[in-house]
Amino acid sequence: MRDVAIIGAGMIPFGRRDEDTLMEMLAYASLKALDDAGLGDKTVDAVYVANMGGGMLQHQSAIASSLVDRLSLLPAAAETIENGPASGASAIKNGLLAVASGYYDYVLVVGGEKMREVTGWRATDFVATMTHPQAEYPYGITLPGMAGMFTRLYMEKHGVTREQLLAVSLKNQEMGTLNPYAHVEMALDRGGIFDSPHSVVNNPVSADPLHLYDLCPVSDGAAAIVICPLEMAKKHNKTPIHIAGFGQATDTQTLQEREDPTDLKAVSLAAQKAFEMAKLKPSDIHVAELHDAFTILEIAESEHVGFFKKGEGGKAAAAGKTRLGGQIPINVSGGLKARGHPVGATGVAQMVDIVWQLRHELPKNRQVKNAQNGLTVNFGGFGNNVLAFVLKRVE
Amino acid sequence: MAMDMELEMVLRPPQLPMPPYPPKMVTLANGKVMVIRQAVREDVPAILKSVHPCLFIERDYYDVVSARVYGELLAWYRYRVKSEYCLLGQVDGYLVGLVNGRLENEKVGMSYHTLAIDRGLRIGSHLFAAKMEYHMEYLNQDQVLVVAESPIGFRRWMVEYPLIETRIPHELGGGDSWVLTRETYFNAKPRLVVGDRPVPQELMDEAMLDIKFADDDTIRERIAGLKGR
Repeated sequence: MRDVAIIGAGMIPFGRRDEDTLMEMLAYASLKALDDAGLGDKTVDAVYVANMGGGMLQHQSAIASSLVDRLSLLPAAAETIENGPASGASAIKNGLLAVASGYYDYVLVVGGEKMREVTGWRATDFVATMTHPQAEYPYGITLPGMAGMFTRLYMEKHGVTREQLLAVSLKNQEMGTLNPYAHVEMALDRGGIFDSPHSVVNNPVSADPLHLYDLCPVSDGAAAIVICPLEMAKKHNKTPIHIAGFGQATDTQTLQEREDPTDLKAVSLAAQKAFEMAKLKPSDIHVAELHDAFTILEIAESEHVGFFKKGEGGKAAAAGKTRLGGQIPINVSGGLKARGHPVGATGVAQMVDIVWQLRHELPKNRQVKNAQNGLTVNFGGFGNNVLAFVLKRVE
Repeated sequence: MAMDMELEMVLRPPQLPMPPYPPKMVTLANGKVMVIRQAVREDVPAILKSVHPCLFIERDYYDVVSARVYGELLAWYRYRVKSEYCLLGQVDGYLVGLVNGRLENEKVGMSYHTLAIDRGLRIGSHLFAAKMEYHMEYLNQDQVLVVAESPIGFRRWMVEYPLIETRIPHELGGGDSWVLTRETYFNAKPRLVVGDRPVPQELMDEAMLDIKFADDDTIRERIAGLKGR
């Protein structure tokens, strides 16, 4: 198997993009990544597109074929990957394996989603289609509802507090104000969303004990990367970023079937595999993008990937250990919480942000100093399909 | 042509007595303090300057709502509507949103519009709540008739309070009215109606001195979310 590196990365600003179709968003992000890669006369051999909802929300299928034609990349192979909110990382994994196997040299991976075309209710329902079709969905469960129950249990078992959730929310929205690609560019004030009696309106309960600002927004957006064999990557302009390790694991579809619903086994397994393959350990990571669709997930994942012991993730967040300049900066992009969560795009966007970090291309107020190794965790379902990647800067 | 005041008095609708809305202040999610106060007729020309750029924003029916607000406030300014009022939301003196409505009679209120100029801070929710507070607690009315012209409005008013569906026509036309009763209001009040009184004099002075406005492009950007595009 060949080592694989990222040579191009691009993203479009996330948010509500009424003016763009899904295909246009995918095309814009792809062109940015292709341009960044500086392929010159070369073209890509294959295109993997991550998208979860095109069929449901835009009544559009065969998206990858359409994109290849739109970008004049014919006759590149084209495939659309749907794996819930982990679609982005799944598409990267498939592209990675195709290059590692030696079958393809240059592969474009792009993830995108257009969710703001429908009302918030329909978007919530669309995301809920990933729940169990007999045991969960018919009873009205939504992902925020599931996250609320998970949070309550996590609080009881591991002592997480609302103050600790608040720390994640404040941190990520603050970082979002520094990220021009973020959907939400508004810093929050502790008084306005927590201390003041007025917070009952500003930050209402969404799914007890989670409040409005514990949830990520529903977003439109797209992100893309170009990968190739590491040996060939060195010929291109930008500092190559080696995909040094990856792991993927699944868990039961329903939370209630898990021996301990607070134990995110798929996160632990995916991260362990990624670390083993990269021959690194959690303490070697300098920056991480974790899947904080809900604030509790950033805390829980930070424990399950091994940054902190169980019960310590919340305390670490409250103590500032996950901030820029802290022990392990997490979601310096603003995370899903502020950058937004166009489900098909998220896994790729996490990768793009880590690539920029490891290339040292970000402005000082968002750059982790001398970052060499990064981690991404893309969390599908409610932890029933998780992918983790370890990335290394290649000097 | 000089105004014929004799005819003018015929054209001007009679006004019902309306006790003033006492100003209050609300801390927003970003920590800024919004002063909510009642506009006076002389404020209208300045308010219209802020409403004007919204006329051209299709997103979330801002064009429809703004055009109607523009007409309603102009009618109030020129004495062509009965018993109208307007409440303003101001942060650092800047107009960030407004609500208006009127009295159909002493016991029934007619809600007109809610226009949030700064978005993402639940300014519309706070201002709509202030409007309902005015009708119920200061005008002492029994019910307020409400319609929504955008999905956001429907979610915020009809679902969150929740309002009661009726077959009563609303004077804005379109869908029938939904009604806020005293019972509905007081049940919803702990969840939805907040604010502190009195407002410190310096904040009131800042709000009253001069209504400040963001420029047209900034207003459009804030509403349409075009930042960074």
